Amino acid sequence: MHEFGVTESILDIALKEAKKAQARKITKISLVVGELTGFMPDCIEFYFDFMSKDTIAEKADLHFESAPAQVRCRSCLTIFHPKDTLWACPKCQSQGIEIVAGRELYIESMEVE
Amino acid sequence: MRKIELVQNILEANESIAAQNKRLLDEHGVFAINIMASPGAGKTSLILQTMARLKGKLRIGVIEGDVASTLDAEKVKNEAVGVVQINTRNMPESCSLIASMLDAALKKLPLEDIDLLLIENVGNLICPSEFVLGEHKRVVVSSLPEGDDKPIKYPMIFADADAVVINKADLLPYVDFDIAVFRRAIEGLHSKVKLFELSCKTGAGIENWCAWVLKEVEANAYKSASLNISLEGGGIR
Repeated sequence: MHEFGVTESILDIALKEAKKAQARKITKISLVVGELTGFMPDCIEFYFDFMSKDTIAEKADLHFESAPAQVRCRSCLTIFHPKDTLWACPKCQSQGIEIVAGRELYIESMEVE
Repeated sequence: MRKIELVQNILEANESIAAQNKRLLDEHGVFAINIMASPGAGKTSLILQTMARLKGKLRIGVIEGDVASTLDAEKVKNEAVGVVQINTRNMPESCSLIASMLDAALKKLPLEDIDLLLIENVGNLICPSEFVLGEHKRVVVSSLPEGDDKPIKYPMIFADADAVVINKADLLPYVDFDIAVFRRAIEGLHSKVKLFELSCKTGAGIENWCAWVLKEVEANAYKSASLNISLEGGGIR
């Protein structure tokens, strides 16, 4: 449910940047969405189609890249991809971790005409 | 066709409003706690207990976030210095408070008369973890009937929590909840997290929670007082 505001932000940023670049049309927006965020690409696309009507971003292709989750074991510093059920270190089985990556949510680039 | 390289954080708009909110709170010496939990975990009960215990020690304001109704605001209004109910039903985010909603609510509160602002977020363990509001501390309330697996199923909200309240501790004999398993999972996600086992129903354990709240408020008051003095000294304010 919380993709509505995020999609608004994406459209705002894209339109502002396109204006700065004096573009007539936005053809593609490339987004990076971290695996640990709860944002659903399908949902963003759905809202975007609706919100971008009658703007220069209408029919722009949204390209999503997932940034994988990475956590670091606090005991042995091994960096690993957490499994769904329990975030235990595969090397030392310790359960203490720090999140290194996977919370990203950004526009990486756009293509304009 | 031209390519524009950006790397622009999409949540920046929310984060910058949150930073403004925090500045406003600090200017008025208000310490804000964002209370998050699933529906029914006991957020409102914790607020009521906290107000009852800290009466006379702190002036407390409350912001209630719910999809609909003013039920929670009605419950707390007699004890609070000020209450604002936010209904998210017709807002862009109905599943969580976001910084712009707090901004609007802060304008309706007598901030100069408030030491502690308790913000009850919408009952949800997913969405509130994505949005900072401008709070000083983030607290998650988890209750025994929900099960001890919640940190494993919803790690992100626990990873950012400064404190976790384990509520309904009086139900331990009746439910399958392993407090040691829960603690290990929480501490695994955040090494400095504070844990409070309590029961809002019986009042057991509330004093430890209130002592922590009081200590945090006082530490922040000291910090913002020296900040405000230095701002005054510099002739900025």
